[in-house]
Amino acid sequence: MSSLLSAPSALREDALRRLKREMWARAVKLGLRSWVGWRRGFTSKADPQRSGRVTAEVIEHLERLALVDFGSLEAVARLEKAIAFADRLRAVDTDGVEPMESVLEDRCLYLRSDNVVEGNCAEELLQNAHRVVEEYFVAPPGVND
Amino acid sequence: MAALMLRWSCLGKRWVLACIDGGSRHGRGAAIGLTSRRKRGQSSVAQQPLIAVQKSRKGEHEWAAVVGLEIHAQISSNSKLFSGSQVHFAAPPNSLVSFFDASLPGTLPVLNRRCVEAAVMTGLALNCRINKKSLFDRKHYFYADLPAGYQITQQRLPIAVNGSLAYSVSVGKKPSQVSTRTVRIKQIQLEQDSGKSLHDEPRSQTLIDLNRAGVGLLEVVLEPDMSCGEEAASAVRELQLILQALGTSQANMAEGQLRVDANISVHHPGEPLGVRTEVKNLNSARFLAKAIDFEIKRQIHELENGRKILNETRSFDDKLGCTMPMRDKEGKQDYRFMPEPNLPPLLLYDTASLPPGADPQQVINIDWIRERLPELPGKTREKLIQQYGMLPEHSFTLLNEVGLLEFFQNVIKETRAEPKKVTSWVLNIFLGFLKQQNLAVNESPVTPSALAELLNLLDRKAISSSAARQVFEELWQSKGKTPSQIVSEKKLELMQDQEALERVCHTVMEGHPQVGVEGRRKAMHFSAC
Repeated sequence: MSSLLSAPSALREDALRRLKREMWARAVKLGLRSWVGWRRGFTSKADPQRSGRVTAEVIEHLERLALVDFGSLEAVARLEKAIAFADRLRAVDTDGVEPMESVLEDRCLYLRSDNVVEGNCAEELLQNAHRVVEEYFVAPPGVND
Repeated sequence: MAALMLRWSCLGKRWVLACIDGGSRHGRGAAIGLTSRRKRGQSSVAQQPLIAVQKSRKGEHEWAAVVGLEIHAQISSNSKLFSGSQVHFAAPPNSLVSFFDASLPGTLPVLNRRCVEAAVMTGLALNCRINKKSLFDRKHYFYADLPAGYQITQQRLPIAVNGSLAYSVSVGKKPSQVSTRTVRIKQIQLEQDSGKSLHDEPRSQTLIDLNRAGVGLLEVVLEPDMSCGEEAASAVRELQLILQALGTSQANMAEGQLRVDANISVHHPGEPLGVRTEVKNLNSARFLAKAIDFEIKRQIHELENGRKILNETRSFDDKLGCTMPMRDKEGKQDYRFMPEPNLPPLLLYDTASLPPGADPQQVINIDWIRERLPELPGKTREKLIQQYGMLPEHSFTLLNEVGLLEFFQNVIKETRAEPKKVTSWVLNIFLGFLKQQNLAVNESPVTPSALAELLNLLDRKAISSSAARQVFEELWQSKGKTPSQIVSEKKLELMQDQEALERVCHTVMEGHPQVGVEGRRKAMHFSAC
């Protein structure tokens, strides 16, 4: 490692990158749960032997689905800590208890009458847009259809 | 539910389809046979009461196709599902968009009562169980026309489940050979529509119009009980008629108010179901049948050549008449469903469970809605058959053509002629003229009153039936003239004066002395008609 510090910056960058890759690979090899297992873990009470690791696959999947950028190992570690924190819910025995829908489940769902009361504010809405073409919002070309 | 086994040739193609309605008994997927015959021109129209699928010939395998549908119908309402902006087909871009529809932060969904009523009505009309408690969820995916990044739908507990839809298919060359099938309805759910994207390829950009974003949709999921394009198209047509009769949706496919996605797979009967593909972008009944039949044939062809079917999404190119894979659907989409945190459960009541002293505006009573359901197409057809003695296939034609039933009923009101005569004239002659010139009923130059008057003349024996046809043709060409006017102008009246008739006949017979007794008798007969 000391040799790394004294090496020229380009070489240092390369070495750092290699180091990161190796750490990733190790993390992957260190007995990990699959995405399915992680999901199931939240819904069922089985699976007591989770190692607490999130796989590279899962990270990629999440990044694509939620358009977040995990960026660094610290972020992944934080994610794992968050999961572990939430996992403590499993300590509660919920056999025979009906799951809650939401904290609002006792409230009345208000029904609005079918009248037109909004709209006609194209100008205002388009002000927010980065690019506009003739009252249309502009988006990058569609990838999927 | 009838369990009929019928065989019919599919529009002159080589495939011979054996359709069995065993959907309810065999659970998922009916044991339906689609046989490929190498010999051309083979078709059997025989009906057999046996359940067994046709035995395969040497070297041939039977294939069964399984088709399920997901139908999205735009709810006919003034405002959108969760916001108060207007629902309208053509309007300047982004002019019917509220802050909620544009997904601006700080906005919340507020449920439209009319949309809930529409869902309940549709559920009742399709024999579903209405869930007194249903829940809203978020379905996440990223696309420019979905500003929030998620769609509010009802995935866990939809508003209606387990219904059925009866439709009819023709099972032979003759119009009278129709059979009733039933397809099970898995569920009906309320969900939001997305906006519209216009792809501007040359400038490498997409233009987004959010007028449609947030409009209420009814998603009707049909179980895979259908086996070919025609069955699917008939089921969709019947659903269209039901929705239009209820007024819950105008269900106009051309205007995008009714969209259908088909899930298609093939397998050998007795073996597990095959991999299915989803075909999207079906926006007309005609293309629906073509696309499904093409996809079935494509899958059979692929499998028979040793290849595998990919679980993918395809779209139908109507110009080429084939399905093409849609780009970039890597594996199964993960929509990360989660409960919609801003909406409590939707509770519906019936007369028994209605809370006393509740604000009527805030509660929905299923029984109240059931009592006020409009007449459904099936019932209308039944009444037509009973009241006017017409054949079932006539009742289908009357309902299938937009505006034809109303036309027919208006004619009946104003004429003394027999209903059967009216039926025959409307369905054969009137409809024939319309089809020839590709006109809709409301574009017809002949009004119901005009036809009624014509039929009255015919009924009174003032004119002959051939003369009546001539008058009809005249009516079609020239506007404004009444049948009576045309009759007197063209001197088409039947002579009523007996003496004058006799004189004419004698003149004719004298002019042709060589004509024998038979000829004379014929002449007398002719004059009397």
